[in-house]
Amino acid sequence: MTDEPGLIMNEEGSNALLARGAWTVANVERLEHLCAQISPEREGPIDLGGVTALDTVGAWLFEKLARRGAAGTSEAVFVGASASYAGLLREVHELNRAGSTERRQERLLIDRLMQIAQDVVADSAAFLHMLGAISIALGRVLRQPRAFRLTSTVYQLGRVGWQAIPIMALITFLIGAIIAQQGIFHFRKFGAESYVVDMVGILVLREIGVLIVAIMVAGRSGSAYTAELGSMKMREEIDALSTMGLDPVSVLILPRVLALIVALPILAFLGSMAALYGGGLVAWLYGGMSPAIFIARLRDAVSITHFEVGILKAPFMALVIGLVAACEGLKVKGSAESLGQQTTASVVKSIFLVIVLDGLFAVFFASIGM
Amino acid sequence: MPGGHIAIQVEDLVVGFSDHIVIDGLSLDVREGEILGLVGASGGGKSVLLRALIELLPKRSGRIGFPAFANGKAASRGVLFQQGALFSALNARQNVQFPLREAAHLSLELLDEIANVKLEMVGLSAEDGDKFPAELSGGMTKRVALARALALDPALLFLDEPTSGLDPIAAGEFDALIKTLQRTLGFTVFMITHDLNTLTAVCDRVAALADGKIAALGLLPEVLKSDHPWVRAYFHGARAQMLHLGA
Repeated sequence: MTDEPGLIMNEEGSNALLARGAWTVANVERLEHLCAQISPEREGPIDLGGVTALDTVGAWLFEKLARRGAAGTSEAVFVGASASYAGLLREVHELNRAGSTERRQERLLIDRLMQIAQDVVADSAAFLHMLGAISIALGRVLRQPRAFRLTSTVYQLGRVGWQAIPIMALITFLIGAIIAQQGIFHFRKFGAESYVVDMVGILVLREIGVLIVAIMVAGRSGSAYTAELGSMKMREEIDALSTMGLDPVSVLILPRVLALIVALPILAFLGSMAALYGGGLVAWLYGGMSPAIFIARLRDAVSITHFEVGILKAPFMALVIGLVAACEGLKVKGSAESLGQQTTASVVKSIFLVIVLDGLFAVFFASIGM
Repeated sequence: MPGGHIAIQVEDLVVGFSDHIVIDGLSLDVREGEILGLVGASGGGKSVLLRALIELLPKRSGRIGFPAFANGKAASRGVLFQQGALFSALNARQNVQFPLREAAHLSLELLDEIANVKLEMVGLSAEDGDKFPAELSGGMTKRVALARALALDPALLFLDEPTSGLDPIAAGEFDALIKTLQRTLGFTVFMITHDLNTLTAVCDRVAALADGKIAALGLLPEVLKSDHPWVRAYFHGARAQMLHLGA
């Protein structure tokens, strides 16, 4: 007897199917091919006398052949199966009676849009809920200053403020340098190189300084907040805090958000200075404008208003980043992949909201003439 | 079936990490078609032994052979990890299909049917196949993981604490499931367990791992008579007495 599987019609009238060889998963491609060649109208027993090996896959293929027989009215019988094969065939006989299940339907576009709309509404509600919870926690702290978590706040301030200074300064320095270089290169055609100082000064102080820093903070500290709070949620640490009678918002979230609100304006200021420094350096080395002239022109070009417009936005952006990070962190469920998803969502949403907020402020400041 | 060929043959196995020897000259035979239960202290090297057997950990010295199989290599083996180790990006049915998909080119219809058969075999319904690992309870995760381990009808099945994290009813059902499947499909099982109920209900033989060696091996009553201090403490402690094991 060979292990090569086979399936042939008995030519001598009994109408039986003769199976032989190893009906195992190792030969499954060949087996599927063999079974496909058998006509669905076939009736009669299946002879397993020549089968040398049988496993679940083989047994299922036999069962499928048997079920096809006589259009489902009666099922074909197996003959010549050894005792150990018969047990397996009996087992498989009971299984997969429901018929093959429908593959999950792709959802319609309209359903997806509905889902997105629902998510936006739910997100906004969670966002406002978190804003309310933080306001309540803040109110409680103002009434009882001893409840304030100073150590935690200072620690967070060190992490999101102090430790972030080098990377923020480096990036804003480069951005300032690039803006100045581009400005000099293109303004040179009109002989208007000196206006580069106006462009760099106003752009950096009003928009770029705070925006770049806020986006960096969302990516660096917002994601860290979400990951920390999320893993605390996952390991039931937040539930443990609640059962001890402590409010997770005042213990965990308020210090983090306050630290961001303090740190972001400072970082935005330092970032703006670094950008102006970068712009000045390029104007000197590439544009041939001496530092003294650059500073003198800068004094004429920018006013305290531009600086105020920029720096006033920073605490609000920090609040948005902190709220989104906290909301997403508390949305984490049991699994590690949900932690990853929420961290990604936190960064994407906070950067989006920071830019939207910047746009709203632009409209607001324009309308009040700042 | 028990008492036939040797399915897994371990001789003088040494496994360690840097200067810490975990498995120290261990020898063990697992017979074809039996269910061998391995007990041992937490951190005593049970999982290290299992990972060495399935080649996830390198051995320092010694020999691991599979004499009952052609070429002395286990042609196919299934592993049930403690946490299930289901692929989180795939649903339960796709998890079961994954080894099949890699092994052969089959029609989607046959893949779905085989996956449904396997899922029903481990006591789940075809509808459960649409669920993702994050949506499964602990018991269901173990069942899907078992279905995946059995996807290619392996001759050897390694189970790492199959009933840990299950309530006694679910654990009892899972024990019965392993026993039934083993009797039907005839594979060999190497199982790590802490569950004294599993040892009595499912295992043909029991091995006790202590000090990096097999301290006792045999039918459960024989192991219970062992003089080894750790084995005595394990089987004759208060928790074991509650199960009326103490002889």
